[in-house]
Amino acid sequence: MDLFATIFVDGLIYAAWLFIVSVGLTLVFGVLNILNIAHGSLYAIGAYTSASMVGAYFGVGGDAFPWGSYVALIAAAILVALVMGPLLERGLLRFFYGRDEVLNVLVTYAVFLILEDAMKLIWGVNPYYVYEPYTLLGDVELGSLFYVGYDFAVIAIAIVVGLAVWMSLNRTRTGKVVLAVIHDPEMSRTMGVNVPRIYLGAFVAGAFLAALGGAVTAPMISVQPGLGVNVIIVAFAVVIIGGLGSIPGAAIGALMVGISRAASVHLLPEAELFIIYFVMAIVLMFRPEGLFAKTQARKI
Amino acid sequence: MLGMNHLLAVAGTFAVMAAGAVILPDWAMFLIVMALAKGLVCLGIVGMMRGGLVSFGQGLYYCAGAYTATLFANSFGITDIFLLCIVSAVVCLAIGGLFGPLLAGYRGIFFAMLSLALSMVLYGSLSKLSVIGGTDGLNIAAPTFLGWEPEGRALQSGLYLFVSALVVAAGAVMWRYFHSEQGLIALAARDNELRVEYLGASVRKAMTLNYVFGAVLGGLGGTIAALALGHVDPEFAFWTTSGEFVFVAILAGYLSVPAVFVAAIILELVRSFSNLYFPNTWQLALGVFLLAVIVALPGGLGSLVDRRRKREGAQ
Amino acid sequence: MKQTIRTICATLALATGLSAPAMAQDDTFKIGVITFLSGQAAESFGVPAWNGGQLLIDMLNEGGKLPAPYDKPGFGGMKIEAIVVDEAGGATKQVQEFRNLVQREQVDAVVGYVSSSDCLAVPPVADELKAFTILYDCGTPRVFEDNSFEYVFRTAAHATMDNVGLARYLKSRGFEVDSFAGLNQDYAWGQDSWADFTGAMAQLYSDATVKTALFPKFGAGQYGTEISALLREKPALIHSSNWGGDLQSFLLQATARGLHKRTQLALSAGDHVIPQLQDKMPDGIVLGARGVNGLLAKARGGDLQPLTDTLWDSYMERYGVIPVQAPFRMWQGLLGLKMAVEKAMDDNGGKKPTDEELAAAMKGLSWDAPSGRIEMALGGGHQAIQPTAIGVTKWNNETKMMELVDIEYFDARCVNPPEGMKSQDWLAQGFPGAQCD
Repeated sequence: MDLFATIFVDGLIYAAWLFIVSVGLTLVFGVLNILNIAHGSLYAIGAYTSASMVGAYFGVGGDAFPWGSYVALIAAAILVALVMGPLLERGLLRFFYGRDEVLNVLVTYAVFLILEDAMKLIWGVNPYYVYEPYTLLGDVELGSLFYVGYDFAVIAIAIVVGLAVWMSLNRTRTGKVVLAVIHDPEMSRTMGVNVPRIYLGAFVAGAFLAALGGAVTAPMISVQPGLGVNVIIVAFAVVIIGGLGSIPGAAIGALMVGISRAASVHLLPEAELFIIYFVMAIVLMFRPEGLFAKTQARKI
Repeated sequence: MLGMNHLLAVAGTFAVMAAGAVILPDWAMFLIVMALAKGLVCLGIVGMMRGGLVSFGQGLYYCAGAYTATLFANSFGITDIFLLCIVSAVVCLAIGGLFGPLLAGYRGIFFAMLSLALSMVLYGSLSKLSVIGGTDGLNIAAPTFLGWEPEGRALQSGLYLFVSALVVAAGAVMWRYFHSEQGLIALAARDNELRVEYLGASVRKAMTLNYVFGAVLGGLGGTIAALALGHVDPEFAFWTTSGEFVFVAILAGYLSVPAVFVAAIILELVRSFSNLYFPNTWQLALGVFLLAVIVALPGGLGSLVDRRRKREGAQ
Repeated sequence: MKQTIRTICATLALATGLSAPAMAQDDTFKIGVITFLSGQAAESFGVPAWNGGQLLIDMLNEGGKLPAPYDKPGFGGMKIEAIVVDEAGGATKQVQEFRNLVQREQVDAVVGYVSSSDCLAVPPVADELKAFTILYDCGTPRVFEDNSFEYVFRTAAHATMDNVGLARYLKSRGFEVDSFAGLNQDYAWGQDSWADFTGAMAQLYSDATVKTALFPKFGAGQYGTEISALLREKPALIHSSNWGGDLQSFLLQATARGLHKRTQLALSAGDHVIPQLQDKMPDGIVLGARGVNGLLAKARGGDLQPLTDTLWDSYMERYGVIPVQAPFRMWQGLLGLKMAVEKAMDDNGGKKPTDEELAAAMKGLSWDAPSGRIEMALGGGHQAIQPTAIGVTKWNNETKMMELVDIEYFDARCVNPPEGMKSQDWLAQGFPGAQCD
């Protein structure tokens, strides 16, 4: 396969993963105006939970029907969202609505620190593996290269996730209400919208997407402490490039980062470490609020 | 300039701090030196906070200052702390002067994130430069003070007195600046930029100035930290380092200059003891502490002083 | 302003109040242990090392559990007490913690540091405080090649040995390497390991070309793109010094895409992922353990077998998993400390030794550890050399255990530079003074 096609495929696979882990971040920011560092922790909890659940699934005789492990992966993400979402949003974040954006970043940073150790208390430091779902889909031969079928499943998941989020925001009644809340929470409230419920829903959805990112990643890695910190920085870069709060922006941001990283690995491996920041700095130079930022009226 | 009362307060503060050089045990003196060095960086953030901006990338200057001092010391064999501080301050002034006007047009989370990106680029570049130690970093020799070459406890005391003096001086200068016309413009811009512009003042200039002050303070803080530690590495520019500075600034609030340094010392103490007593859960302890502070002191430590002052004023 | 002064006074008072130092006692020997308890290095190095350390301290305190000369209880009869500190958080934090351990907790010795940047940052402070310190794990040769320290000792060989051993193994086993590539973590460890490996290969395989040198970010987790690049380049051999989760993830993803079938994999520090990966680790990988550690020590036999078995069996019994490289290095550090303390006490008439006496005793010392004979031969008697070994993975389907086969053992002086020579020069000049039987 020729070099550019390889770069494209590799970039696409990585971009799909980036999109899944960052779309929840941008959604939460769009609705709640909180840049959630604990998104990284939710990702890690998703990875741990899915590793435990898939492990348990095979433990109780899932070998007979290994495809069920995919259900366990998704179920893990749902479980994390339903437990952690309300806990964090109702139990903590709601007390900080309307406060300074940067203060809220610190609040979630504190949550991140707490969850980092909490995970260690629950799962210990030893790694968890759930490689079965990773190999189940077999190989795909592209030119002279082998790819794992699972990689393409990740692309499919990313597309489904992206479409689902976009459709539910733009093509459903609830979605339109959410958009109204994003635009002006105060006005929405006076029009009778139950804003706290929208916030809770959006945060749970964001938590689900974070956990889904972790759950999807778990089969291809060794799940162990320190997972979240690496994810959060790349996810930040992606949503900043795309424009905070923009779903299409996250998709474009993920593609830009994914393809440029793949190009760098193949053509200029030395530059891999900065490529993300480089893309981010370039974009912000020309589009200070990211590619797809919503324009905001200045209040006088 | 500063009035008589203020000069007395400045001298008094320094006298009290200087007493620490005699009574404090070595480890506490070192802890306070580090805390004050970081406090200098945070003071710069507080300056920006007065204008409504929070930089998540002050590690850039902390690191630039530390590396400038180290490279300068290692290349020219210069160990004088005064000279090293001046060199770092000049270099950071230049970098700040370059990026300041560029960043002054950004607000809120975008300012925070762009400053973060810049500091991460420095982190990445330094990690790659194995000629200057890569991620392992470099060592720097202990400082001398205008020809005086102390060792052991005397060195710690010297460093402690130097940083105390620097902190008091920087604090006084910044206090003076905050209450100058230019400084108050920044504070007004925090409430309403457009109004300030209509009144004929340049918000951009105020923001640039705040940023440049932050750069110089960051460079000084980094230099002191490098000299105290004897070591620099790219972690100085990592986002968690910058995050810690922001935390101290938030803990202090933007209402009081001394609160910044008190906040820095408190954070160092909490971290040091939680490290030792909860080796497995120190992050958890730190996180709980952060949350508790944010919940209990929404305006920062400085607001305590401010509240009290208002109450006294009312009586 | 009055308020300010009051606040500062209060803070100072608080600081002094907290400063009452723990009183030093003569019948206990207090050590500060610094190792990773959180972050990525916890699972691979920090926790196994501390598990091993705790085990050894318990056994020593009880006495008579180890073969001679380690059968006397404690350190020279003194009970060993350990304070453990998390190494996560960067060199800045470690310098502060080091001062706290020495000045506030008044430990008698510090044993620690996995991370090279900590190993570079701490020694100047140790000398300043005149505090006896053992670096038990970290790899960078720079510690004693660029500087010299009076109170600091490293009881494990530096990382040059790992890659020289690996290259020598390939040569002596007749691997045909006409081209190779590297995948190493993008920080000092990965960069240095790759430089050492290419340096050694340039001597032993002077015709081999370097296809590509990849440096994924530390903790990247996703290696799809790198694996594509390696598959495309088709090198005869891939070198990696990756460790921990990064290595495990890379192996999972690489084997799923058949990289190991097309190219020989050589992992300079890879033994520690065996207990986790088990049969997910493919057969035929050339593997090092940064010394004769773990399975390489178990398979060695010889005079040290009883000592190795003591570590192996007691570790298996307590933790239910095989000991990998980290506990071996912790043991060699602590056993060295025990020898130094007891030697110093022989010299000073049985008193608890001072830092100076400890440093004098440790200088140039040699002792037996489960990983072989440790000799403080470099850096003016401050830097250890030790033998190393390389093997090849082979899954044993009957015992359901991973084994290392075709092991070759190298003398310490075959894979370490001689005293007074920097590793980089030693590599560049073609290993002058190397003694390989």
